[in-house]
Amino acid sequence: MESLGVLLLHPLDTYLEQELDRRCRLLRLWDAPLDRRGEFLLAHASSIRAVVTGGGSGAGGDAALIDALPRLEIIACYAVGFDRVDLTRCRERGVRVTNTPGVLTDDVADLAVGLAIAALRRIPHADRYVRAGLWKANNGHYGLTTQFSGKRVGIIGLGRIGLAIAKRVEGFGCPVSYYQRTRQQQAYPNYTYLPTVVQLAADSDVLVVACSLNEQSHGIVSCELIEALGPRGVLVNVGRGEHVDQPELVAALAEGRLGGAGLDVFEAEPDVPEALMALDNVVLAPHMGSGTRETRKAMADLVLANLEAHALSKPLLTPVV
Amino acid sequence: MMASRGEPPATKVVLLLVPHKDASFHAALRERFRVLDFFASSERSQLPAFLGAAAAAPEPPRAAIVVGAGLIPVDAAFLDAVPSLRCVMCLAAGVDFIDLDECARRGVVVANSGSVFSADVADHAVGLLIDVLRRVSAAERFVRRGLWPVQGGHPLGSKIGGRRVGIIGLGNIGSQIAKRLQALGCIVCYNSRTPKDSVPYRYFTNVHDLAVESDVLVVACALNKATRHIVGKDVLEALGKDGVVVNIGRGANVDQAELVRALKEGRIAGAGLDVFENEPGAPGELFCMDNVVMTPHVAVFTAESMSDLRDHVVANLEAFFSGQPLLTPVLPHSPVN
Repeated sequence: MESLGVLLLHPLDTYLEQELDRRCRLLRLWDAPLDRRGEFLLAHASSIRAVVTGGGSGAGGDAALIDALPRLEIIACYAVGFDRVDLTRCRERGVRVTNTPGVLTDDVADLAVGLAIAALRRIPHADRYVRAGLWKANNGHYGLTTQFSGKRVGIIGLGRIGLAIAKRVEGFGCPVSYYQRTRQQQAYPNYTYLPTVVQLAADSDVLVVACSLNEQSHGIVSCELIEALGPRGVLVNVGRGEHVDQPELVAALAEGRLGGAGLDVFEAEPDVPEALMALDNVVLAPHMGSGTRETRKAMADLVLANLEAHALSKPLLTPVV
Repeated sequence: MMASRGEPPATKVVLLLVPHKDASFHAALRERFRVLDFFASSERSQLPAFLGAAAAAPEPPRAAIVVGAGLIPVDAAFLDAVPSLRCVMCLAAGVDFIDLDECARRGVVVANSGSVFSADVADHAVGLLIDVLRRVSAAERFVRRGLWPVQGGHPLGSKIGGRRVGIIGLGNIGSQIAKRLQALGCIVCYNSRTPKDSVPYRYFTNVHDLAVESDVLVVACALNKATRHIVGKDVLEALGKDGVVVNIGRGANVDQAELVRALKEGRIAGAGLDVFENEPGAPGELFCMDNVVMTPHVAVFTAESMSDLRDHVVANLEAFFSGQPLLTPVLPHSPVN
């Protein structure tokens, strides 16, 4: 794929960037200052046939970008979430889209469980307590936290990641319930399907957002859901920031209407509201669900494999469109 | 009041030798027993006087509630001071501060916390393991310091699935840790005094060999002569520079000075520690390390465990006072965790 002109929208991963540079004709969008991006695209439009983008708030692939690149053939997402890509425009233009499912499932599920335990057992907070010298100063009692084992876990979205989370929490004796657009009770006799997400929240101690972001799931963690989850409930979000009414979440946490949260994603990454930073009942992570050396390499290899398949007119490995 | 031979005594007198418990714990005890609370007494600073007074009373105590943490050893001298004692109720799983042989010689039965805390300790161990490998606490510091917008990505962690985890001590707690780690896709091996029947994990006869074949070592054993510094220089070297230590046993299970040296020199990759030598407090050299997670000996302290403990203590004491066997007796040389 030496002649494939690839536009990388933002820095993602050193290995990925090096390989793209080595194997394709790589252009980096951030080489152009923000206010000259339009000119940059215009200047290079005739050679850009592929776009590589990530999955956070900085991700791209909207209609404006697609329209600016008349020779665009494929958008390869270095992420499983492709919510930033305008799929309708892609279909209209015949642009293919790929993502990186499967390779990051375990890591995201592990982090979801890690965030749940961290929030209930207050591990990062206790670690700060020790580092601040407070254990020695107070000579002992840190205080009581909340047990994780046996808690009712509710999962929004029982896809690959949701299932991986369910399997893990079963090891802790947690009963699992879930909500998703289509019920699949036959396949999962151990898990209870609930017909509305608010009912799921009412029946859960820990609620995990593990679904993809689309029109129906936007803002699914609403004021009503937060109230149903309640002052002893914990929200874990490894989906997208936009799944949550963030101002409502922050207020509920601050006022004790929601017990706690473990958040890997936010509305406007990398910005995290000061009001969240001020809270002790929330664990904050910088969108690192897939953040292991092993998985990021696997994701990069999958992006490269998809691009290569495309360049050789072979079937794409993990197409979305 | 005279109790006839063969009938249980009318008053159940219990020595409470444990500092500050929550109000519901005290209330539950006082509802059923007559409690002599050392830490609330005016002789606070003089244990011998307190014990002497209790022993000399018309109805001396037959049971004592104790806990470790270096407070009041249950040894010959202690048992001499209160010869009426026939039951020692320990609030922890660890009974290293109790002379079990001496108790057995005098017909004093000993109970511990059994598996009351096992799930919580197992959860904490797994929470520490995930935190170290996935850098949860380090990433939180990164976010809270406002570095995410400035520095972009946070350093990557290590995948958990497929990791070989060696558990030292496969009692109640070790088994529960193993079950959880299997659900996370880890490969579990263990060392224990003796191999356990019908567990699917590979057994190693010594901790050194376990460490050679492990990416993570989890210390989940009791503290006794054999296990003091069971993780020392030799084991750390066998674990290697990509290895991680998780300790939810006792601080003295690990040679702390060696561990700190190994971490400073990059000879192991990280550690998750709930216990330390010389608590309270952890070694200051660890405070600037992002590959270490430290918690202040909290693995058992959840609201649920404290409530379960209260019920467990009451049940054991009621059994004792009504002449029934203890629910969770500890014998000399029996596994305690």
